[in-house]
Amino acid sequence: MTNGYLFAAYAATWIIHIAYLGTIVSRYSRLKREIGELKKPAVTSSVSSLRS
Amino acid sequence: MKRVFPILSVLTATLLIYALYQALVVAPTEQTMGDVQRIFYYHVPSAWTAFILFFVNFGASILYLIKRRPAADMVALVSAEVGVVFLLVNLVTGPIWARPVWGIWWTWDWRLTSTLVTWLIYVSYLMLRRFSSGGQTPTLAAALAVLGALCIPFVYFSIWFFRTQHPQPVIGGDGSIDPRMMHALLINWLAFVCFAFMVCWSRYRLEKLQRDVNQAYAMASLLAPHGSARR
Repeated sequence: MTNGYLFAAYAATWIIHIAYLGTIVSRYSRLKREIGELKKPAVTSSVSSLRS
Repeated sequence: MKRVFPILSVLTATLLIYALYQALVVAPTEQTMGDVQRIFYYHVPSAWTAFILFFVNFGASILYLIKRRPAADMVALVSAEVGVVFLLVNLVTGPIWARPVWGIWWTWDWRLTSTLVTWLIYVSYLMLRRFSSGGQTPTLAAALAVLGALCIPFVYFSIWFFRTQHPQPVIGGDGSIDPRMMHALLINWLAFVCFAFMVCWSRYRLEKLQRDVNQAYAMASLLAPHGSARR
């Protein structure tokens, strides 16, 4: 039974970390989309400094 | 830099796997608690890593209050966010260890309560950053970060100052520890610190990009005719 607690603790640790990394990746993808919108001709000059 | 990041990510992943092997296989089984004691190899390094990140947050906040550098503000935000994640791991793994060992999930003792209060202070710091849009937000957040940092020594030393149910410290306490256990603990801590560094690096790049995009929106709204800007 104690092995169940051990497994639960290690699994919870990585679930928390992977969930957080997931939010970073999701926010990054959303920003990439926004950059794509910003790079449309009307505002190209204002976003030329953005990293691709 | 773009080539260094994947290399360091692979090295960090390798170190994490090696640390897991040390914790689950190499470290000896504790006599009274059995295998559940191995939770300690994730529980303790998570707390130590969170405290390092909160001290980085403290230093960056002080730097921001003095110099008003945006980079310091970004470092403060990133270190607090990643620190909250690591302290959450500590707060989750603690009760999972306590249930089979103490027979209870939680007790309102000094160490546990002060850790929870510290976590809540940093969560409120992040909520302030997230939901306040005024120009003074970084300054207010920096002031809150200083308050949060004051809690950290209290959390650490609470088991020396007060009678608590929490075990005594591994380093600097009265008890002793098997060298193989200590090795597994330190390897896991090193792995967690490297992992935290890589996460902070990714999060910093994201924050920088977010601010660049916000700036671009501001520029776009200045250039665009009235009513056509998004932000």
